[in-house]
Amino acid sequence: MRWIAAACVVGLIGLAGFWLLTMPRPLDAAAIANAQGDPEAGRLVYFAGGCASCHKTPDQDDPLHLGGGFALKTPFGTFVAPNLSPHADAGVGRWSLADFANAMQRGIAPDGRHYYPAFPYTSYQRMTATDIADLWAFILTLEPVETIAEGHDLGFPFNIRRGLGLWKQLYLDGKPFAPDPAATDVVDRGAYLVNGPGHCGECHTSRDAIGGPDPSRHLAGGPDPEGEGKIPNITPHADGIGAWSESEIAYSLESGFTPEFDSFGGTMAAVVRNMAQLPASDREAIAAYLKSVPPLADAN
Amino acid sequence: MNASCTICVAVAASAIIAATTVAVPAIAADDPAVLRQDMMKSVGAATGMSAAMVKGEAPFDARVAHLALRVMNASANGFGALFPEGSETGAETEAKAEIWSDRAGFDAAVAKFRDDTAAVLAPPPADLDAFKAAFGQVTQNCGSCHEKYRVKK
Repeated sequence: MRWIAAACVVGLIGLAGFWLLTMPRPLDAAAIANAQGDPEAGRLVYFAGGCASCHKTPDQDDPLHLGGGFALKTPFGTFVAPNLSPHADAGVGRWSLADFANAMQRGIAPDGRHYYPAFPYTSYQRMTATDIADLWAFILTLEPVETIAEGHDLGFPFNIRRGLGLWKQLYLDGKPFAPDPAATDVVDRGAYLVNGPGHCGECHTSRDAIGGPDPSRHLAGGPDPEGEGKIPNITPHADGIGAWSESEIAYSLESGFTPEFDSFGGTMAAVVRNMAQLPASDREAIAAYLKSVPPLADAN
Repeated sequence: MNASCTICVAVAASAIIAATTVAVPAIAADDPAVLRQDMMKSVGAATGMSAAMVKGEAPFDARVAHLALRVMNASANGFGALFPEGSETGAETEAKAEIWSDRAGFDAAVAKFRDDTAAVLAPPPADLDAFKAAFGQVTQNCGSCHEKYRVKK
């Protein structure tokens, strides 16, 4: 009897610990913009952030028709992007800016549930409060779409959302973007775009066994977790894009063409459609930053 | 004709020779995976030369532009036939399985490349503005087809 009681107590303490460690931790109110966002500026944030790549309705070309439904196949199961249109029932029409900021930067739904990190909030947490508010203002100008996307298809234990609180303890540090005092403004702008809204590392940095990015492999590519093929190394190493000039990198983001005039394929084609919408100065900044990161050889 | 243009013509000429050669399997290597890779290299060379003119890095020359678009059109015409059943693997192919599982979609993508390259040749662009428009129309086929049917290895 005594042993059973002790086991119950230990179990309860364990449960309480799990509960505390996995609690959603929203943004401080001070980290959310209090001014109205500018939808015109938000349009650029939208394309810098690549929102359409996952949230646009598949098999149609309008990047602003956000019905969701894109399936991202991963080793953990299949994630399905939800409706991001301002539809009151199917999309985000009832959300506040604070709801949106917490989704983008803390991976928390308005009802407090954790989002899976297939939604790249570990990158978006670096975005400025102004960019988040501008993006939100832009999304509210888009056409409401009625489609309700299907749910994710995940096996145990990945289907237990609460457990994501533990994952976030490891990989969501909550830090905003910090410019490098030694870098030029152009390189800093590129660093912000690559590591914040552009979320380049979500594919180009390889992940560990539980799906966290490996900082020692920053932007060095690796096997494609979605299936066959590989994600290119985009560090300035001979294995990566060391031979590319800054203007070749910037042109590749605008046109999809490598210096040899091969054409990007796969999911990078959608990235190019987004990057082509940015001002040339932003593509040049990304190029300048990519030339400045530590060169890393391909992993064997 | 200045030096850069002479180079352009030389590149284009070799590209079109390559395209013509690989389009006749009887006198070339008979592995379709190798042939289609060579064909894409011809398209890449034609695209690179075209992009240089569009970006103002090389002077516009209507004959070079015509040649580049002809290379693309010639490649598009023979391209679909180079993906027979049985050529899904080998020669480090980057062809995606969807080419065979979604054959109708792939054929439609190749037909669109063929039609777009044919449309901009009737008549061939006479000035840089017309060539820029033609270049935009034909090269959007590159990314949209690679998006679905090519896997990078």
